[in-house]
Amino acid sequence: MVTYGHTIFALSSARGKSGVAVVRLSGPDAGTALDRLAGGRPQPRRASFRVLSDGDAMLDEAVVLWFPKPHSFTGEDVAELHVHGSLATVEAVLQALGKQPGHRIAEPGEFTRRALENERLDLSQVEGLSDLIEAETEAQRRQALRVLSGALGVRANSWRSSLLKAAALLEATIDFAEEDVPADVRPDVRELVADVMSDIQKESAGIGIAERIRDGFEVAIVGPPNVGKSTLLNALAGRDAAITSHIAGTTRDVIEVRMDLRGLPVTVLDTAGLRESRDEIEALGVAKARDRAEQADLRVILTERRAAAPTMTPQGDDIVTVPKADICEGDFSAETGAGLDWLVDEIGNRLESRANTAGLAIRERHRTAMKRAIESLQRAAIQLESEPDLVEISAEEVRSAIRALDSLVGRVDVEHILDDIFASFCIGK
Amino acid sequence: MVLVTLSRDGIGVMSCNPAIGGLGKGHLVREVDALDGVMGRVADRAGIQFRLLNRRKGPAVQGPRAQADRALYRAGMLAEIANQPRIDIVEGEVTDFIMDGFRVAGVMLSDGTKIGAAATVLTTGTFLRGVIHIGTASRPGGRIGDAPSVALAERIDDFGLPLGRLKTGTPPRLRSSSIDWDGLEMQPSDENPVFFSFLTQCAEARQIACGLTRTNERTHDIIRENIDRSAMYGGTIEGVGPRYCPSIEDKVVRFAEKSAHQVFLEPEGLDTDLVYPNGLSTSLPEDVQHEYVHSIEGLERAEIAQPGYAIEYDYVDPRALVSTLRLRDVEGLYLAGQINGTTGYEEAAAQGLVAGLNAAADALGLETARFSRESSYIGVMMDDLVTRGVTEPYRMFTSRAEFRLSLRADNADQRLTPLGTALGCVGKARQAEFAKKMEALDAGKSRLEQVHVSASEAADAGIRISRDGAARTGPELLAFADVDFEDLLALRPELSDIRVDIQEQLKRDALYAQYVARQARDVDNLRRDEAHAIPPDFDYGILSGLSSELRQKLTAVRPETLGQAGRVEGMTPAALTLILARLRMGERRAS
Repeated sequence: MVTYGHTIFALSSARGKSGVAVVRLSGPDAGTALDRLAGGRPQPRRASFRVLSDGDAMLDEAVVLWFPKPHSFTGEDVAELHVHGSLATVEAVLQALGKQPGHRIAEPGEFTRRALENERLDLSQVEGLSDLIEAETEAQRRQALRVLSGALGVRANSWRSSLLKAAALLEATIDFAEEDVPADVRPDVRELVADVMSDIQKESAGIGIAERIRDGFEVAIVGPPNVGKSTLLNALAGRDAAITSHIAGTTRDVIEVRMDLRGLPVTVLDTAGLRESRDEIEALGVAKARDRAEQADLRVILTERRAAAPTMTPQGDDIVTVPKADICEGDFSAETGAGLDWLVDEIGNRLESRANTAGLAIRERHRTAMKRAIESLQRAAIQLESEPDLVEISAEEVRSAIRALDSLVGRVDVEHILDDIFASFCIGK
Repeated sequence: MVLVTLSRDGIGVMSCNPAIGGLGKGHLVREVDALDGVMGRVADRAGIQFRLLNRRKGPAVQGPRAQADRALYRAGMLAEIANQPRIDIVEGEVTDFIMDGFRVAGVMLSDGTKIGAAATVLTTGTFLRGVIHIGTASRPGGRIGDAPSVALAERIDDFGLPLGRLKTGTPPRLRSSSIDWDGLEMQPSDENPVFFSFLTQCAEARQIACGLTRTNERTHDIIRENIDRSAMYGGTIEGVGPRYCPSIEDKVVRFAEKSAHQVFLEPEGLDTDLVYPNGLSTSLPEDVQHEYVHSIEGLERAEIAQPGYAIEYDYVDPRALVSTLRLRDVEGLYLAGQINGTTGYEEAAAQGLVAGLNAAADALGLETARFSRESSYIGVMMDDLVTRGVTEPYRMFTSRAEFRLSLRADNADQRLTPLGTALGCVGKARQAEFAKKMEALDAGKSRLEQVHVSASEAADAGIRISRDGAARTGPELLAFADVDFEDLLALRPELSDIRVDIQEQLKRDALYAQYVARQARDVDNLRRDEAHAIPPDFDYGILSGLSSELRQKLTAVRPETLGQAGRVEGMTPAALTLILARLRMGERRAS
C-alpha cells in the first residue's frame, strides 16, 4: 500500500440547502482526528451518533463513520462526518480539522488519486473520473480568480513581491558571494519579512477573508445596453438593487446581489452594458464587467432578438435568452414576471448539477496557508538574528513561506528569484 | 570505445577562464568525482589556487573552487584518457552520421572513414555553426584558432530538431609581465585548501595569488563612446547571452549608476605569462579593448596577447532529450554539454558522465543511469533541461536545488558513490576508500547517539540551552549551529579517538537534520511520482478533462515520469490524477 504523509479532508457532498453535509477524511491520522473531535472511533463501517467538539467548543451533532484501512474508498484510514448542512457548521468543522496535526484540505481529485494509488477503483470508475475532476478544478480555478482579482489579491501580490525580494537578497549572498552584492542584506530582509508577517497576521486575524471570499455561486447577467439586465436583477432580488432607467449605459459598474435561489447561495451580478464606448468611465465599466462575467459560474446572456448574436460568447451551459416578453417575442418578462419561474428553474438546474465546495475549501486553504507562512517567517526572523552566517537556513524558511502562500500569491519559481537578482545586482566577474 | 576529436591536443583545453568549481558548480564536480569521473582529481592536480567559497556560511552552500594551470590541466586530462586501455583517440572531423533507419549507427569523418557504434555521444561545444565576433568583424569559428562544424550542423538539421542560438564571451588575455602588480590588492589561496576529489590529500602544484582591480569612470566613458562598435550593441549578434556573465559593455549600460566593476586578474598557470582578467568579457573591437584596458589601475601598460571575443553557436532545445540525454526521437544518439544549451566546464562534465554512462548502458544492454532532483545536482540539471528547456545558457546555482540542505558538496560521496558502484563506474580504489569512510562514519554516528548529555550539564559547558530541558544525544547537540565537535569533546573526551575528518562530517550531517526531516515528506512525494513512468507514446489527446493548453505543453515536453509531468508549468493536481488514472488503466489492460 502506498502511504501518504498527510491526512486530507474535504466537504464531499454537494452544496445547497440539503440537510446534511458530508466531510470526508483520509490518511494516517484520520483515526486520531476522530479521537480528538468525536471522542473516539466508532465501530468500523457502522453509523454512530456523536457530538463533535473542538476542545471545549461544541461544533455539531453528527453521524460518524469509520473505515479502517484497507477497506475504504481510498484504501487508507477514512472517516466520514455527516453534519448539519449549514454553512457555519461546515466551516467550523473544516477549520477544526485544519488544526489537527498532519491534516490539510484536499486538492481537487486528491481522494481519487489515493484511491488510484491503492488500486481501489475499477476501470469503469476510472474512466468516469475526468468530468468530475474537471468540474472540481474549474470551480476552484474560478474561485481563485475571484480572490486574486479582489482586494485580497492586491495584498497577496504585495506579499509576493516582498517575499520574492527577501528571497532574492538572501540567495544573492549565497550564489553570488564572489560578486558585487552587499555583504549584509539582513537589515533589508528583516524589514521585508517583518512587514509581510504583520500584514498577514492582520489579514488572518480579522474576518477579512471570510468577507471577501463568497461561498456559493456567481451568476452574471450580460447583454447589450438597455436590454433589461438591471430589471431582471431587480425582479430576481425582489428589491431595487440596481438603478434602472431607460437611458443606455446607466449601470457603470458591477452590482452584486446575494440571494437564495432554489436553496442555493447565489450572487447575481448585474454588469455594465457590453458595447464599445467613447466615454472613458463607461469603457472601464465595460471591461470590468467582462472580466467579472467571465469569472462567474454561469452567465445569463440577454439578447434583443432571437436571431441577434450574443454580446459575449457563451461558455459551457450558459443561458442565452430574450427578455421583455411583454413588449416583444421573448422568453420571459421581468416587468410582468411571466416566464421568470422558468428562468429561475433553468439557472437552478444548472447550478445544482455542480458540486461547488470550492468557496469553503479555498477559505480554509488560505487560512492554513497564512498560518504556515507566518510560522516560517517567524523562524526566518529568529534565524537571521541567532545564526546570521547560516543564510541558507533563513533562505529555506523564506522559501517555505513562499511555498505555503502558493495558492494565494501564485507559484514562485527559482527563475523569478534569479530574475530579481539579475535585475538588482551587477552579476558577472 | 573511440573518442573522435579534431585534435588530440584539444583534449582538456579550457577555452574559457582557467578555473573549475564555484557555487553550485563545485557541487557538480564533487558529484562527478563521487561517481569516479576524472574532472575533480585532474583539477586538484592542476590547482594553483584553492578557495572554498562561502566558507563562513553553512556547509550546504560552500562551494570548492580552484584556479587551474591550463597546461597541467590539459596534460592531466589527456593522461587520464590515454591511460584508459579501452579508449582509442581518433583525430578527425565528424561530418555525418551513419544512419540505420532512425537510429544513429556511428559517424563518418571528413576523410571518408566510417566508425560504427552502438551508441554515439555528441559534444559539439561552441563549434556547431560557431561564429566569432570581435567588434563589427565576424567570422566562422568554433573557438579562437579552430574552424566551426558546419557539415554536421546540416546533418543535424535533417533530424528536424528544435535549434536555438546562444552566445558567450571571453575577455582579452593579458601578459603578466606587463601588469603593474605592485599596489594591487591580492587574493591568496586558502590556508587549508579544500579539494574536489574525495581521494585527494594535498595540493601538488605551487599555490599562487590572484590580483584584484576595478574599472573606473574613464573605462566606462571609453566603452560608452564606442558602444555602437560592440558586436552585441551593433546588432550583429542575435544569440542570447547569460545574464550572470555579462560583457563589460552590458555592465556599463545596464548598471550605469555603478562607478566601478571588479576585475580579477587570474594567472593562467605557473609557467605562462598569460593572465585572464575575469570580468572584462567583451565583443568590442581590438583598438577599444586596448584603450579601456589601459584605463584600469595596474593595467596601464598591459599588453593584450589575444583580444576578447564573443562567440555564437547553435544548441538543441534540450526538451528534445530524455533524462538519459538521448534524443527522444533519434535512437543511439546522446548529446552533452553546450549543445544542450548549458555553459561551464562542470555542467558539461556532469552531462558527459550521464550521457556516457547511458550510451554504454545502451550498447551493453545494461540498466540506464537516472539521477533525480532529490539525490543530486546532476539530477536537478537533467530535470531542468529536459522539462523546462533553457532561455539563456544554463548554469548551475545552489538555489536551483530545492533540497539544497541535503545535497551538499561534502556528502556527494554518500549520495552517489553507492549508485556509481551499482552502475559499475566506480573503481576498486574508490570503493575501498568509501567503504572505510562509511564504516568510520557509521561507527562515529552510533557512538554519538549513545551519548546523552543532560540539559544542565550542557548549559554548564556553555551551550545555549535551557537548564530544565530534556537530555540531548550527541547528534542533537551538534544540530545547534554554535556547538562544535570540540564542545562535545570537552563533555565526552573519550570521543576524541574519532578521526578528525569524520568528526567534521558528523557535525555537517547533524547541522541540517531537522530541516532534512521536514523535507522528508516532499522527498517521498517526489520519489513516488518519479516511480510512475509515462510511456513515450502516451496519448494526451484522449485524456478528456485536460485543458488544451496543458495538453499542448505535455505533448511538447513528453514527461518521462509523473514527477516530471508535475513540474510542467500550469500543471494541476487534478490533471496529474487523470494521467495516473490513464496509466493505471493501461497497466491493467496489459495484465
